[in-house]
Amino acid sequence: MIFRRLTFARTSSGTISVRLSERDQNLLTMLIGELRELLVSNVSADGDLPDAIRRLFPTAHPDDADAEADYRSMMRDQLLAQRLEALERVENSIEDDEIDDELADAWMGVINDMRLTIGTILDVTEDDEPAFDPEAPDAAIRFTYSNLNLLLGDLVEARMDGWTSPGDQAGNQ
Amino acid sequence: MSDATTIDPEVADPNVLADLPWVVLVWNDPINLMSYVAWVFQKLFGYSKDEAERLMLQVHEEGRAVVSSGSKEKAELDVARLHEHGLWATMQHDK
Repeated sequence: MIFRRLTFARTSSGTISVRLSERDQNLLTMLIGELRELLVSNVSADGDLPDAIRRLFPTAHPDDADAEADYRSMMRDQLLAQRLEALERVENSIEDDEIDDELADAWMGVINDMRLTIGTILDVTEDDEPAFDPEAPDAAIRFTYSNLNLLLGDLVEARMDGWTSPGDQAGNQ
Repeated sequence: MSDATTIDPEVADPNVLADLPWVVLVWNDPINLMSYVAWVFQKLFGYSKDEAERLMLQVHEEGRAVVSSGSKEKAELDVARLHEHGLWATMQHDK
């Protein structure tokens, strides 16, 4: 099998070029559908979350149940709406060969949400990744996870290329 | 250690805790990419590249770092923005 690294790159006109194979477009589209289904069927302001998506809605006040309940009732719907909107934007631009920075941020968020979900299912730890074993029962999902890591790394690099943070512009810190 | 029968004015005054600023902490997790975390710090808080990388490494090596502080409302907003970006953020009084 040939591993084709998926690439994003800053173009001379300031946009970000996208080169995804049809196979990878299909993979991302499938994952978008699965993530949307997980979110829509499980997330509510007062309900507990299934393990797979708990990293998408972390606890803000781990030592204060009342404050945490307030935070959830105030923010959870908004966080859910933001995630669903990003999924839709990426789904609608999955065949684009060029995206602007704002859309790239939606792509980054979606790819990272996929990584957080799959990484949680795989119970990824801080330890170095074990050598990839194509015979392992979870080989396909591990391969997908590695693929998403490369994608996000590329996209972060492309997004930062030619971009200066306010902290650097001000010449401080 | 204070005597239980005497009232420690600093503890007894409920306004003391209320007046303390809140801090926003980001905690280490094994999934988020280091480059992504540094990028999020720059984007959300306007940190320079060097400062964002220093904070990211502090999260990675020490398990957590304070990334912003201020009123409860500001801290809550910052936590929500970090959660939107998939980072493990909490808030607490700066004690």
